[in-house]
Amino acid sequence: MTHKLVDAIAGMCESEALQIAADMLEAGEDPEEILALCRDAMSIVGDLFEKKEYFLPELVLAGKMLSQIAELVKPMVRSESSAEDGKAGTVVIGTVQGDIHDLGKNMVIFMLEVNGFKVHDLGVDVPVQSFVEAIDEVNPDVLGLSGFLTVSFDALKKTVEGIKRAGIRDQVKIMIGGGMVDEHIRAYAAADAYGSDAMAAVSLVKKWIGKD
Amino acid sequence: MDSTPEQMYQKRAQRIDDAVRLEVPDRVPFFLFSGYLPCRYVGMPLQEAHYDSDKYFAACKKLTVDLAPDIYFNAGSPVKTAGAALDALDMKQIRWPGHGIPPDSPFQFNEAEYVKADELDALLDDISDYTVRSYLPRVYGALESLSLIPPLSWLLMGYITTGLVSAVTIPGVLDALEALIAAGREAANWATKEAKLDQELAELGFPVLDGSGTFAPLDFVGVIRGSQGMMLDMYRQPDKLIALTEKLLPMTINTALALAEMSGNPRVFMAINRGGDGLMSLDHFETFYWPGFKKVVLALVDAELTPVIHFQGNWDTRLEYFTEFPRGKTIGLFDRTDLFKAKAILGDTMCLCGNMPLTLLRTGSADEIRDYARKLIEVVGKDGGFIMSSNTVLDDADPARVKLWIDTTREYDVYR
Repeated sequence: MTHKLVDAIAGMCESEALQIAADMLEAGEDPEEILALCRDAMSIVGDLFEKKEYFLPELVLAGKMLSQIAELVKPMVRSESSAEDGKAGTVVIGTVQGDIHDLGKNMVIFMLEVNGFKVHDLGVDVPVQSFVEAIDEVNPDVLGLSGFLTVSFDALKKTVEGIKRAGIRDQVKIMIGGGMVDEHIRAYAAADAYGSDAMAAVSLVKKWIGKD
Repeated sequence: MDSTPEQMYQKRAQRIDDAVRLEVPDRVPFFLFSGYLPCRYVGMPLQEAHYDSDKYFAACKKLTVDLAPDIYFNAGSPVKTAGAALDALDMKQIRWPGHGIPPDSPFQFNEAEYVKADELDALLDDISDYTVRSYLPRVYGALESLSLIPPLSWLLMGYITTGLVSAVTIPGVLDALEALIAAGREAANWATKEAKLDQELAELGFPVLDGSGTFAPLDFVGVIRGSQGMMLDMYRQPDKLIALTEKLLPMTINTALALAEMSGNPRVFMAINRGGDGLMSLDHFETFYWPGFKKVVLALVDAELTPVIHFQGNWDTRLEYFTEFPRGKTIGLFDRTDLFKAKAILGDTMCLCGNMPLTLLRTGSADEIRDYARKLIEVVGKDGGFIMSSNTVLDDADPARVKLWIDTTREYDVYR
């Protein structure tokens, strides 16, 4: 039987979930335990998204519930991040320069995180140099480039070229996705793979890191 | 004997009309869904389209005349209005080339909650007052001071409240009015030039796609509430969300009717996006999206207009719903939806259009382009009711590949 907090979050009952979390804290329950239950719930949300029972609104609301509960328990948690975080691997992700769309990218981040990956989000309209610096600093296993607009075909290509010029192309696998991106654009940009949705991104990362 | 431009115009218009009625035209009609392609075609940065209207409209004219489509996309579509008008107003809702994004990036919508979650009651209660005193100050930096004026409806008291016109002396209000005047002049100048371009192209034998445009109500909500805000409303305040779509419905219909009458063009462009596959469940689609969308389409058809619906993204799981549209009255311009599946489901309902992948027109080989075009003509074009088009605007297409695709469409014409 699942915990009622897990049920409330996974069932999209926001006020109920927040109340249960507050009550648990009030009753002196371990804040780490509350966060662990949240992770369980997120994993269920991710599964339902994968099964096409949940869609973007559910990911957005689940994300809001998580951040509100995290805010609630934060003062009582000793360490910032859980030992669970990022053990599966690290991904740097961002929307390429000239493009400010982030819905697709955020879906990918959500699904990567519920699958245990550590994600460094560089945001939108990210210059090539920022990707290069992030690879240096974070040393990710995978780089995810998002581009919704057709103008991003060139930005994707330029970003991959910039990484190659910096001599660090071999350090990361590069996956691209968003909007019109397909195999033609994968070849054009010289990325390692493209994904047509958030699940495809998770599969690619798992395959490359050898967790599949 | 060569046809006169006037005869060519009639032939092209007839081709489109035949396809809309699901009949077989004299040959496969071709729609040039150009977007910023005129800029690429003549080698001008996108920023110039927004700031040098003479140069931009000349590029639009050249592209249309050179490629000679049966119907061309409105020049104003990618640009909306003069960059100088947007500058005067300090427009926040979009970014345009050189303004918040690189000079060669296309304009983009700036997602934000322009209407806050706790403001739906105010909006529902008095949409005009909310628009003037809350929305405009947020969307246009230059109109920020409009939040300080009293509700304009108070002037209904006539001589009793005439003194309220003193509101123009509130600091910033005169500046806002001057910004409106400056922007209005720029926008009018732009509109005059665009109308002139359409007139010139008509005289050369080329019809333009549309004379008006509108939203599906929930897409409208997405614009003002932001996509994320709209999605949260589905769970947090579903009744108010539905009330809002119903409140906006008459506006989505009436603006299209008015603009269509002004332009004399029966085609109404609707870009729809937030109700597609992956973006919401079928339950949510049925509850929040479909009822309003359907009402808009039916109202336009009732008024003898032709909705041209750009189904952005993928709508594979929604196709059966659209069989409820009246037969032969709408154009479905599809993006990533499987058009071959759409032919099977909607072939007796709507004129099908689109789906030629922009990615092929950017990077594809000649064989890939020819094969895809032929397959579209053979399968989707079978028995008419088909207009050849790209899946999306050709902003970044390669003009040479576009030419090859057009030539293929003309050479491989099963109707002749």
